[in-house]
Amino acid sequence: MKAITHKLKQSLLIWLFVILPLAGLSPTLMADDEAAPPEAETTEEPASSDTEEAESTDEEAEAGPVDDYQGLLDNQGEYAPAFDFFTTSMLWTVIAAAMVFIMHLGFSALEVGLTRSKNTVNILFKNAFIISIGLLTYAICGFNTHYPGSEFDAANGWFSWGSMIGDLNGDGGDTWGYGGLSLAMTGYGDFIFQAMFAATAATIVSGAVAERVKLSSFLIFATLLVGVAYPIVGSWHWGGGVLEGMGFKDFAGSAVVHAFGGFAALACVLILGPRKGKYDSDGNVKPIPGHSMPLAAVGVFLLWFGWYGFNGGSVLSADPGPLGLVFTTTSLAAAMGVVSAGLISWVVFSKPDLSMALNGALAGLVGITANADIVTPMGAMIIGLVAGVIVVFSVAGLEKLKIDDPVGAISVHGTCGIWGILAAYFFQVEGSGVELGVQIKGILLVAIAAFAFSAVVFGVLKATIGVRVSDEEEEEGLDKAEHGAEAYPDFN
Amino acid sequence: MKKIEAIIKPFKLDEVKDALAEVGLAGMTVTEVKGFGRQKGHTEVYRGSEYTVDFLPKIKLEIVVDEAQLEEASKAIIGAAKTGKIGDGKVFILPVEEAIRIRTDETGAEAV
Repeated sequence: MKAITHKLKQSLLIWLFVILPLAGLSPTLMADDEAAPPEAETTEEPASSDTEEAESTDEEAEAGPVDDYQGLLDNQGEYAPAFDFFTTSMLWTVIAAAMVFIMHLGFSALEVGLTRSKNTVNILFKNAFIISIGLLTYAICGFNTHYPGSEFDAANGWFSWGSMIGDLNGDGGDTWGYGGLSLAMTGYGDFIFQAMFAATAATIVSGAVAERVKLSSFLIFATLLVGVAYPIVGSWHWGGGVLEGMGFKDFAGSAVVHAFGGFAALACVLILGPRKGKYDSDGNVKPIPGHSMPLAAVGVFLLWFGWYGFNGGSVLSADPGPLGLVFTTTSLAAAMGVVSAGLISWVVFSKPDLSMALNGALAGLVGITANADIVTPMGAMIIGLVAGVIVVFSVAGLEKLKIDDPVGAISVHGTCGIWGILAAYFFQVEGSGVELGVQIKGILLVAIAAFAFSAVVFGVLKATIGVRVSDEEEEEGLDKAEHGAEAYPDFN
Repeated sequence: MKKIEAIIKPFKLDEVKDALAEVGLAGMTVTEVKGFGRQKGHTEVYRGSEYTVDFLPKIKLEIVVDEAQLEEASKAIIGAAKTGKIGDGKVFILPVEEAIRIRTDETGAEAV
């Protein structure tokens, strides 16, 4: 007790003799803060309106800050009335882009956590490369291939190769007129938001092929996947191509990002083969546990956080109605995914599996990605619930089929991507206009395209430079073999 | 001089350290090891597949003592580390030829 009262006295003294004088020395407004909060609020208002009036009289005399603002408005031309909403929407867009970037941090941590420490440097290198090559190729050719614009030349909604981005602010690209309400951002905002998406597709593959893929082959494959395949397949939907023409619904990319990545991963894993030691001579599964559950868990939470940018940003404006709805449905689906996958693994495998629960969160998120803006909260929960069940059986099932996927990428993104697309039909609210036949056709098209492209490219790489490290390299670990480095060189 | 190598259950480390301090022995080296004797492994489940883990985490404790203190040191370790359940571990006693304190170059019993 004595110690506590002593500490109390100390803190009171500090408040009295240090903080109050400091507050007293600050301008009038700060001194108001000293008082109890309600008083501070009421005294603040008159004080600030006083200063405002003072400023405006100054302005009329000096032509200052308000004129700058007027200048900004004039630049918007006929779109000036929308400036405030335009600004807010653009701000949200760039924040969302940064949040999608965080998903790379999440995916790196998840992959590292679910694999062995002797391959950690290799995984991190691949992840660093993927985001970088994603951004670069998207600027060099991806963006304009993804969004060919009104003249979708050559094969009528199937293919149009784009050039490097130029001045995206020019030609009104920095006004409301660039995209109006359905794309309330500048040209650069559009570019950067979509650029972050591009790399997430490739990073899905890196998890599935981890611990045995040859680095150089993978880097070549990833560059082609992100630089060529992703924008072309994406253009079929968001770029105004054939899928868009059919009325395909894929809000934020369950198909064109997630299933795309998942099926590309499937093709690569089939060609690559399982890790050494994963299956014994009788074909039984011999689990290879990850080396850091904390990293895996942190990775999933970062991915979940980033997903708010992924789905939230896909509203493509700061429109409050859809934005709140999407944040809600996204959260509920993820949450239900955790619970359902965690409980199912408990029941079916006799112990609750953390890595399954984590995969469940991601499964729910992928499942809601196609339809977050057209389902109800209850619908979102059911979508997450089903996704959680699907992912558990998909992971275990693929494993038994000798498809070795260290992080469950194929199940989370491929299988649940399909679920998300179908769920858009089953759980849509009245008037959303989603048709089952269209959804099925669309997802098949994307999945097959991703699979075929990857099978061909990866197959060619296998036939030429090889796609797998040698047995000795795999045993020694890719960190030593490919990088000559250790992730944990210290003696700890 | 004799060296005691004791393999004990990890959660017993603090108790053993305190027991040794009580008989006047304050220097030791510990390492994290894995091993098994008659204590069988256990099955774990990872992403839907079962597997057996044979190697169990243990702590290896090494302490070099003067022969005079050997018996009370062993008794202290064994007393503190015992739970009566399988997997308690083992104590090994080895002869030590020489011991040298690096800082002062003292040898023999003074170095221990």
